[in-house]
Amino acid sequence: MTRKRRRLYFVLFAMIGLGAATALVLSAIEDSLVFFYTPTDLAEKDIPKDRRLRIGGLVAENSVKRGADGVSVKFIVTDLTNTLPVTYKGILPDLFREGQGVVAEGKIDAGGVFRADAVLAKHDENYMPAEVADALKKSGQWKGAPAP
Amino acid sequence: MRLVYVIPLVVFATVAAAFGVGLTLKPNVVPSALIDKPVPEFTLAGLPGDGVESGKGFSSADLTGRVSIVNVFASWCFPCRVEHPLLMRLARNPKVRIFGLNYKDRPEDARAWLKELGNPYDRIGVDRDGRIAIDWGVYGVPETFIIDAEGRIRYKHVGPITPSDLDEIIVPIIERLSE
Amino acid sequence: MIAEIGHYALLLALALAIAQGTLPLWGAGRDDPKFMAVGSVAAVGQFAFLAIAFASLTYLYVVSDFSVENVAQNSHSAKPLLYKISGVWSNHEGSMVLWVLILALFGAMVALFGTNLPPGLRARVLAVQGWIGIAFLAFILFTSNPFLRLSPVPADGNGLNPLLQDPGLAFHPPFLYLGYVGFSVAFSFAIAALIEGRVDPAWARWVRPWTLAAWCALTLGIALGSWWAYYELGWGGFWFWDPVENSSFMPWLAGTALLHSAIVLERRDALKSWTILLAITTFVLSLIGTFLVRSGVLTSVHTFATDPARGLFILMILIVAAGGSLALFATRAPKLKAGGLFAPISREGALVLNNLLLVTACATVFLGTLYPLFLDALDLGKVSVGAPYFNATFIPIMTPLVMAMAVGPMLAWKRGDIKGVIGRLKFALGVGMIVTLGAWYAMGGQVLAAAGIGLAAWLVLGSLMEFAGRIKLFRIPFAASLSRLRHLPRSAFGMTIAHAALGIVVAGITASSAWQTEKILVMTKGDSVELAGYSFVFAGVEETEGPNYTVKRGTFEVTLDGRDVATLTAERRFYPVRNMTTTEAAIHTTWFADLYAVVGDADEKGGWTVRLYHNPLVPWIWVGAVLMALGGLVSLTDRRHRVGAPARARKTAARTKPPGGGARPATA
Repeated sequence: MTRKRRRLYFVLFAMIGLGAATALVLSAIEDSLVFFYTPTDLAEKDIPKDRRLRIGGLVAENSVKRGADGVSVKFIVTDLTNTLPVTYKGILPDLFREGQGVVAEGKIDAGGVFRADAVLAKHDENYMPAEVADALKKSGQWKGAPAP
Repeated sequence: MRLVYVIPLVVFATVAAAFGVGLTLKPNVVPSALIDKPVPEFTLAGLPGDGVESGKGFSSADLTGRVSIVNVFASWCFPCRVEHPLLMRLARNPKVRIFGLNYKDRPEDARAWLKELGNPYDRIGVDRDGRIAIDWGVYGVPETFIIDAEGRIRYKHVGPITPSDLDEIIVPIIERLSE
Repeated sequence: MIAEIGHYALLLALALAIAQGTLPLWGAGRDDPKFMAVGSVAAVGQFAFLAIAFASLTYLYVVSDFSVENVAQNSHSAKPLLYKISGVWSNHEGSMVLWVLILALFGAMVALFGTNLPPGLRARVLAVQGWIGIAFLAFILFTSNPFLRLSPVPADGNGLNPLLQDPGLAFHPPFLYLGYVGFSVAFSFAIAALIEGRVDPAWARWVRPWTLAAWCALTLGIALGSWWAYYELGWGGFWFWDPVENSSFMPWLAGTALLHSAIVLERRDALKSWTILLAITTFVLSLIGTFLVRSGVLTSVHTFATDPARGLFILMILIVAAGGSLALFATRAPKLKAGGLFAPISREGALVLNNLLLVTACATVFLGTLYPLFLDALDLGKVSVGAPYFNATFIPIMTPLVMAMAVGPMLAWKRGDIKGVIGRLKFALGVGMIVTLGAWYAMGGQVLAAAGIGLAAWLVLGSLMEFAGRIKLFRIPFAASLSRLRHLPRSAFGMTIAHAALGIVVAGITASSAWQTEKILVMTKGDSVELAGYSFVFAGVEETEGPNYTVKRGTFEVTLDGRDVATLTAERRFYPVRNMTTTEAAIHTTWFADLYAVVGDADEKGGWTVRLYHNPLVPWIWVGAVLMALGGLVSLTDRRHRVGAPARARKTAARTKPPGGGARPATA
């Protein structure tokens, strides 16, 4: 094999690899992007029903109801303009409280109820230094997916 | 082939540009839905022994007539301590009245705190269980609202006020609203 | 007084860094030994002053001097001593002091142990280290001074965030910084080489030990962080693809690629500009990590940059360091003498494949981490990129890498015999397949996960067989094998340990991700529940007091087939100073799995929400990671990496022929 030809093969190989990686990235990112909305966005914009999304707002006062099984919870998230009913099954974060900020990840069902599979509440009522917040975030209590 | 060696630089330039833009964005989960709306209806009890107007509280009616500031604070909140000297400075500005919303705090702690650091507030309202703060869309402490003479919320600042926030944002807004 | 001493020491360190960054460079340009020698003195002096500054800050924390704002904000008089000390670096300002201290430590080590480097190269390397020092010292002094006084002095401090009061997290940052900052040495060597316009095998030989040391520390740092998230958090997960985690993982991937490409440069005098580029990229990724974590651009949902000036300052450092070095690369690298070409099927070919895959993996992580920022910058909406993206891209890229890892070390340099190698790996291949089938049969269903376990077995076995091949185990008399073993270079041991350890990590990640079983339910005292064959009996919750918190402690008696296995006590701690609750998971570790329990809220009827997990093979992840770092350390003790060796190596390298290497594998 000549020098030039070898180089050609190498470049070709690298291009194929790059193409494959790009295809991989594009297909994966399409499925795993999670957009963030407020209840007002949901009321005003046309948002596809079967997409995963994150919603954020305050937990409305007196809206938290536990289900008969003890582990499912219903509550209402409000941004003070619009509201959104949410259901969730599992342990709520340590600082989940009525009147506190909350972010939930999940999907909206046909009945307009947000089915959350992860609920993240704010940790501290102080506005904290970024490092601590980062650590909290890293701690996972601020985030959605439990484990890869 | 030379150009190949420039690619890393170009990639980095793109990333750096995104970082630059990212720095200017103020991430905010829920933009305050209350901007340019009238303040919510409320009445807050005062903090006896706070040394101003014999512990009178305040209500939505008190927030009209002139430009005012509502500052949400608590003695257990460290960032509040950081911004406190700036509030003391702002208190000397005759164009604005400062209202303190004492959030989920024990009155004795709040009193001790004010005694230690000084009281910048014209009036203080005690929101023991945080109910009123919910109507204001408060996420945490400290938060600061600027209210115009008609009683509409015109600006919301989240987190501690820094000297540049005060000089470059808050004071100019007060000046503008007072005209 | 002590605070002022610390502040003053920082200023003096900055002055010395300026001297270190300029005089040796000027001296190297004029070939003036006196000026070049200034570099070493300044580097050692800078380290001494930073040690004083760091010691002062630590002292202020230990004696709880709340007249210093940084101490008041992050410490509390009632805190245990360990957390008073670790409090020094669990906040922005203090951690930056630790950052520059470690930077200066590496600079001083280059100065003290690099006596056999050519004086010009050493002077330039130290000068580049000096510039980095200038940048970060200025950053500390102008935007993040930890020695500022507070007035009036508060009666007590604000306390360290309870989540950070943990032994795992106390040691996580120092290791992480040793890794991040350690890569600065490779960066400095790369810049010095670009300035000199010469990159040769000797250069690779000098860079490798520094890179290896940094890599070991970073491996441990990442493992500690992941372990902490696992036990402190209560999610039962160990890796979340969080921007903060990713920003430490990206330099690790690039650094791993650098380690391997430097081998090719050392042995075959090839991949010159590529290795230089990797050295620059690795450190730039470390800087980007620092920027992402500290500027607040990516922690969008709940934080803001407390001081935008800080983010801007780091961005400026980043632009100067990365922009400058990449511009230097763009102009100088084309002039480097191209190395030899080589056959795709060869050791160097395998190492190139390793590099391509690692760099691609790094690029996909980078893209996923920054995608939300790009969209936000273009005002296209607020998004988060979830774990599914990372799993869908990272795993397919890593799979061929792990497959090739067993084959690559067996290939000879220059021209490998792939058929022969596959023939020798028949056994590992067979065992891998049997393990796959076995796992598939035993755990049911998940073919891909079973294949992951098989792949892990293939890698562990393949690595061990490569090692056995080197000492000709069972092919020559045992005593002869033993004698070969004694003469093997330490780097051979190191490679085998590290590669096999990755196999262990792969097994742990695969099994715990695929076969984790979880139960969330409400239990009252006396209830029992089955999970993965174990029986958990809930013995109720008792409330007690800790040193600075109150505790709700739930107890589970775990039995297996009627035999007692463990008593698990999970806690929920409430810290009144910070008005915060933390979760302490109860974990019982066995060789093959973790039992993991978390207690949540109580309901009105006296029941408690509990979360129980059975995490198969999860301890293997950390055991494997520690072994990987150990492999790196063993390799670091290799004669060729030791101080003094490069001088001899240089003579061989000067002949441009790759050094022979006494004990290469007997594959050719």
